[in-house]
Amino acid sequence: MDHVATLVALTLAAGTPLVFAALGELVAEKSGVLNLGVEGMMLTGAVVAFMVAATTKNPWLGALAGVAAGAALSLVFAVLALSLMANQVAAGLALSLFGVGLSAFIGLPYVSVVIDGIAPLAIPGVSDLPFVGKLLFAHSPFVYLSLALYALVQFFLFRTRSGLTVRAVGESPDSAHAIGYPVIAIRYLCVMFGGACAGLGGAYMAVAYTPLWTEGMTAGRGWIALALVVFATWKPWRVVAGAYLFGGVTLAQFQAQALGATIPSQLLSMLPYLATIVVLTLISRDAAAIRLNAPASLGKPYHPDS
Amino acid sequence: MRIRFESRPEPSRLMSWASPLLAVAATLIVGFVLFSGLGKNPLEAFYVFFVKPVENRYGIGELLLKASPLMLCAVGLAAGYRANVWNIGAEGQLTLGAICGGGIALAFHDATGAWVLPLMIVAGAAGGMAWAAIPAWLRTRCNANEILVSLMLVYVAVLFLSMLVHGAWRDPEGFNFPQSKMFNDVALLPNLLPETRLNVGFLLALAVVASGWLFMARSLAGFQMRVAGLAPAAANYAGISARRTVWIGMLIGGATAGIAGVGEVAGPIGQLLPSVSPGYGFAAIIVAFVGRLHPLGIFLASLLMSLLYLGGESAQMALALPSAVTGLFQGTLLFFLLAADVFINYQLRIVHRPASVAAAA
Repeated sequence: MDHVATLVALTLAAGTPLVFAALGELVAEKSGVLNLGVEGMMLTGAVVAFMVAATTKNPWLGALAGVAAGAALSLVFAVLALSLMANQVAAGLALSLFGVGLSAFIGLPYVSVVIDGIAPLAIPGVSDLPFVGKLLFAHSPFVYLSLALYALVQFFLFRTRSGLTVRAVGESPDSAHAIGYPVIAIRYLCVMFGGACAGLGGAYMAVAYTPLWTEGMTAGRGWIALALVVFATWKPWRVVAGAYLFGGVTLAQFQAQALGATIPSQLLSMLPYLATIVVLTLISRDAAAIRLNAPASLGKPYHPDS
Repeated sequence: MRIRFESRPEPSRLMSWASPLLAVAATLIVGFVLFSGLGKNPLEAFYVFFVKPVENRYGIGELLLKASPLMLCAVGLAAGYRANVWNIGAEGQLTLGAICGGGIALAFHDATGAWVLPLMIVAGAAGGMAWAAIPAWLRTRCNANEILVSLMLVYVAVLFLSMLVHGAWRDPEGFNFPQSKMFNDVALLPNLLPETRLNVGFLLALAVVASGWLFMARSLAGFQMRVAGLAPAAANYAGISARRTVWIGMLIGGATAGIAGVGEVAGPIGQLLPSVSPGYGFAAIIVAFVGRLHPLGIFLASLLMSLLYLGGESAQMALALPSAVTGLFQGTLLFFLLAADVFINYQLRIVHRPASVAAAA
């Protein structure tokens, strides 16, 4: 039983970066903007969080800086894709390539630095309970934060007027514009929210999950987060479920090694990427479901007078 | 008063050629500011970055050597991008090309015939195509997004190569280093320019770029690809198969990237290592865009990108700057290009309007 609780805890910890990044991207995509720069924003969030944590000795301040860095980087994308009407695919790719380069560049002096990360939070009183204590009350604060973020996104998108506006902008920017909503401004905010969340996901990895900085440490999680949004057919609860599924797959490689499996480690490391392809394919087969759920204007540039 | 973008009646041809130059100029300005900010003399840094690497014969050889995989990958990617087929997994297709080409070199390690090298190139192209066929198939059959699938396969390909050189293909006399045997001479591309590392792979790359131009500009399939990219609805109406477009776009990209992979292992590397490319497949995306998806532009852009790689190495040695500065410049260049591209379809217009109306727009 205790082993099960440990496995669950590890799965949640491994899935949490994806929860952050994919929920953020979900909001951006709901407003009709496809930002392929998640990987770059995660890495930049991770490196900035780590640098600030190492300098100030305060990992929380680091995490906050990671959020700000992710949002700042997404602003570059927003200017290109929203104000300058650049192709969103190209601008997102540019953001990812830039983020990878930028994080490698500024993070170099911090590669072998050690910091005190943010440890899991044992909630006094209840965390000592047998089984449930470990299962529910002894996770990293970021795990609780990610679940709170899920609740927030779910409530905002489907229970508030502003959320309705965001979805309207994503479905039909022309109609939203005609009613008088500032389409571009709303999209700016959604993209920056996505950037902040991606930055938080990276920051969690750098100051709590590992905690250390290595070049390219997110190892494609930003791209997996993008696939998750499609896999979830733009539904927040499915994003969270999918993220934990991938957390479990990531974990499987370490578990198999611990159990003494003789499979080459590289084959096991391929698992999350192969799983992404398989899951993405299975869900995309149902073209009608994708068309029905995808924001209608996703990826299309919007110019008010065209 | 307010400045706003107004659609041009038709795209500006002038701007479509001027925008890469503007982007390069803006990137240089950023570089100037960056070097100054890092406490380096910017003029000295510029010299170290952009001039010193190509001052001599050896440097020119290196420039063309590194430009070869870039132009190969980029010309293949551009064929797809023209048709809105977004293959971003050239790095993985390059890796598969290296694995297949290198596999031939290792399998026929004792052969002496001149057929080994051509066979390697064919195998490499086939390997890259096979790797690109996966996203093509999943896209046409299951509607799966080719961007994400091709990117995921990059990680899989790199892990696969790592598995081979750590395992089955490891050199038994290699002191346990994760590397294959050195290839024999018949499996190596002959030198092209004495006193440099430049090999005939460069000529091969030029030939592929020229064929790329013939295909896009002069063939029916190339024309159909361009139509499919510019006006998907019209292409559909004209009976141009969207599936075929995806297949052609992906397979061309896979083949050229695969050849680039063989060029690396049969050229400067000469064996299989855990990493056979410093991100050429990703840099090629930038090369394709900066080169305007046009083979001639791609040739010029690949020289520029190659110079950025050499400059990064040179700056690391002479200025103690991390060579990662190359990636930073690459990303910045693409940002500025996309920003400058707005002027192809739009022009700036100063308009005088009441503030309230302007705010609503």
